Amino acid sequence: MNDTVRAQVHSAIASDGDGFTLHADDLHAIEHERDHYEQPQAACIEALKIVQRRHGWVPDGAIPAIANVLGIGAASVEGVATFYSLIFRQPVGRHVILVCDSSSCFLTDYEQLRDALTEHLGIGFGETTPDGRFTLLPVCCLGACDRGPAMMIGDDTYGPVMIDDVASLLEGYP
Amino acid sequence: MTASQRYRCQLHQSAAERSAETHPLTWRLREDSALIGLDEYLDKDGYAAVRQTLGSQSPQDVIATVKQANVRGRGGAGFSAGMKWSLTLQGGDLPRGYIVCNADEMEPGTFKDRLLLEQLPHLLIEGMILGGYANNSRFGYIFLRGEYIEAARAVTQALDEARAAGWLGADIAGSGFDFDIALHTGAGRYICGEETALISSLEGKRANPRAKPPFPGQSGAWGKPTVVNNVETLCNVPAVLRHGAEWYQGLSGGLSNDGGTKLYGVSGKVNRPGLWELPIGTSGRELIERAGGMRDGRALKTWLPGGGSTGFLLPEHLELALDFDTIGEQGSRMGTGLLTVVNEDQSMVSLARNLEEFFARESCGWCTPCRDGLPWTVKILRALERGEGEQGDIELLEELANDLGPGKTFCAHAPGAAMPLESALRYFRDEFERGVTHPRGAAHEDPIPVGEV
Ligand SMILES: Cc1cc2nc3c(=O)[nH]c(=O)nc-3n(C[C@H](O)[C@H](O)[C@H](O)COP(=O)(O)O)c2cc1C
Ligand code: FES
Repeated sequence: MNDTVRAQVHSAIASDGDGFTLHADDLHAIEHERDHYEQPQAACIEALKIVQRRHGWVPDGAIPAIANVLGIGAASVEGVATFYSLIFRQPVGRHVILVCDSSSCFLTDYEQLRDALTEHLGIGFGETTPDGRFTLLPVCCLGACDRGPAMMIGDDTYGPVMIDDVASLLEGYP
Repeated sequence: MTASQRYRCQLHQSAAERSAETHPLTWRLREDSALIGLDEYLDKDGYAAVRQTLGSQSPQDVIATVKQANVRGRGGAGFSAGMKWSLTLQGGDLPRGYIVCNADEMEPGTFKDRLLLEQLPHLLIEGMILGGYANNSRFGYIFLRGEYIEAARAVTQALDEARAAGWLGADIAGSGFDFDIALHTGAGRYICGEETALISSLEGKRANPRAKPPFPGQSGAWGKPTVVNNVETLCNVPAVLRHGAEWYQGLSGGLSNDGGTKLYGVSGKVNRPGLWELPIGTSGRELIERAGGMRDGRALKTWLPGGGSTGFLLPEHLELALDFDTIGEQGSRMGTGLLTVVNEDQSMVSLARNLEEFFARESCGWCTPCRDGLPWTVKILRALERGEGEQGDIELLEELANDLGPGKTFCAHAPGAAMPLESALRYFRDEFERGVTHPRGAAHEDPIPVGEV
C-alpha cells in the first residue's frame, strides 16, 4: 500500500467506524510498545492485549483503530486477533477460567474437574454465565503439571484443584 | 476455606543438596522459593561470567567454549547450542541480529522453565547477554507465554534492575558491547513455541512456521540473523563460561556423553510429583523413586520421557540414561526431560485421544497433513474409545501417523503428534483392538457425530 492509499483507507476507517476510539493511555501504551521492535506490526498482539485489558475483550472498532496506529491493514490485525486463543473477539465474563486439558492433568482427573465446573456454572466451554461473571475455556498445559489438575481464574493459577471445593474457590471471584 | 491451593513452582531439592559446583542452574535458589533480586544474585556470583568474558574473550572464543561443553538444546530437540551459534551469520557488513529466548513453555507435561523464570530471571538475562555477545546480537527478546503472569512480573523487575545497574544498555561492564532485552508476552497457541512460528509471532503475525532454509541464524526476525534458544539452554551458559567446558562435561559424571545437568521432573499419579536438577543421563527409575513411587500402589504401565510430543516407553526402559541419544535410540525423544507417568488403570486409547485432541486444536492449519490428518485421528480415536471402531481403523491410524511424520510438513508439530500415537499403537495395540467392534463400512446404530475437534 502506498502512503496515499493508506491515508485514504485510514480516513475511511475513521469515518465509518462504530464510534470506537482508543483510550489516550492505551494509545500511548501501544506507541511505547511499538518502539521495542524494528517494525510497528510487531506490537500488534500487545496492542490487542492492551485494549482487552481495558474492555475485557476486543470490540470491533478496536481493530481498525489499532491498524491505524501501527500503519498496517485492518485485515492483518483481525487475522492476528482471531488466531490467538487469549485474544477475545466477543465479550467474556468478568473472570475467565482457563482449565488445563493437557495430558498430565488429564491423567490427574481433569475430566472430573471439568464436569464439576460445567455443572456448578451451568455452562460449557466457550460460554459465559448469564450473569456475566465467568467464561469457561480450555487451555494448553499451564506448566503446573506437578499439581494437576490445574486451572487459572483471571491471573491466578491453582493446582491441584480439589473437585469438592470448586464452588468455594469461585466464591473468591465476585 | 478451600483445600485447593494457589500454584507455587518449587524445586524438590533442599539447599544443602545444591552447590555451585554441582547444580549450575539451581544452586542459588532459596528454600522459600522467593524471587532472587539483583543484590542477592550479585552476592551469589551473579554476572561474574559477563564481567569475566566480555572484553577479554572474543565472540568466537565464547562459541568455541559452548560448543566444546556440548550444551544441547533443552527446548526438546537437543541441538548443540555452540554449533547453532557458530552458524549464525555475522561479521563484515552484515547487520547485527537478535537473540530470542523461547519461554513459551506449553509442551504438555513440562513445568521447568517456569522455575527459572519466576525465581532466577537474572541467570537468564546473564545467559542472554553472553549469547547476544557471541552472536553479535543487537537486541534480545524473551518470548514468554501469556499465562505466565508471575514470570512476567519477575522478568520485568529483573530487566529493570539489570538496566539500572548497567548490565543492560550501552557499553556493558565497560566492554564496549551494547545490548538490551525486551519482554514479549504471547497470547496463547502452542505452535508459538516452534522457533520459526515464534519469529512470525514476534513480528506480530499469525504464528505460522516458515520453511527452512534459510535458518533463523541466516534470516530470522525481520530478515536479520536470529538465534532462538530455550530458557534452560541459556541458563546453562553463564556457568559454562565461568567454570569451563571441561567442568561442565564432567557434571554428567559418566552417566552420559552429554555434559551438564538437566531439570528433570515427574507428573502423573505418583506420590510426590516434582522437579529436580540432576546430572544429565539420570535414569527414569531414579526420577520415579524421587517422586515417591506410584500413587495408590498402582503399577506403572508406560511413560512419556519429555512431554506430549515424545514417544511412549515401557517400564523396562526406566533403567536407561535420560539423554538425547539414548532415548532417541528407542524411537522416542528425550524432549523436555519431564516424565509423564501412566498407571495400569489408565486407558491408552483415551490418553492418545486426549493428546491428539491437543495437537489437532493447536495446529496452526498451515500444512494439509497436520490440519486435516490430526482431526481425522481424533475422530477415529473417539470411535475406538466408545467401542465403536471399524475394522481397519488401527491400520488407518498407523497410516496417518506415518503421513504426519517428519519431512511432510513445514515444522515438527505434526511429527510431534505422530510420535505418541505411533508408539501407543506399537506397544498397546490390544487396547486399541478392543475398540474395534464393527465391520468396515457397515452402518452403526448410533454413529459418532462428525463434529469439530
Ligand atoms: C510445535 C512445537 C512447539 C515447541 N515449543 C517449544 C517451547 O515452548 N519452548 C522451547 O524452548 N522450544 C519449543 N520447541 C522447540 C523449538 O522449535 C526450538 O527447537 C528451540 O526453541 C530451540 O532452542 P534450544 O536449541 O535451546 O532447545 C517447539 C517445537 C515445536 C515443533
Ligand atoms: S498438563 Fe495441565 S498443567 Fe501441564
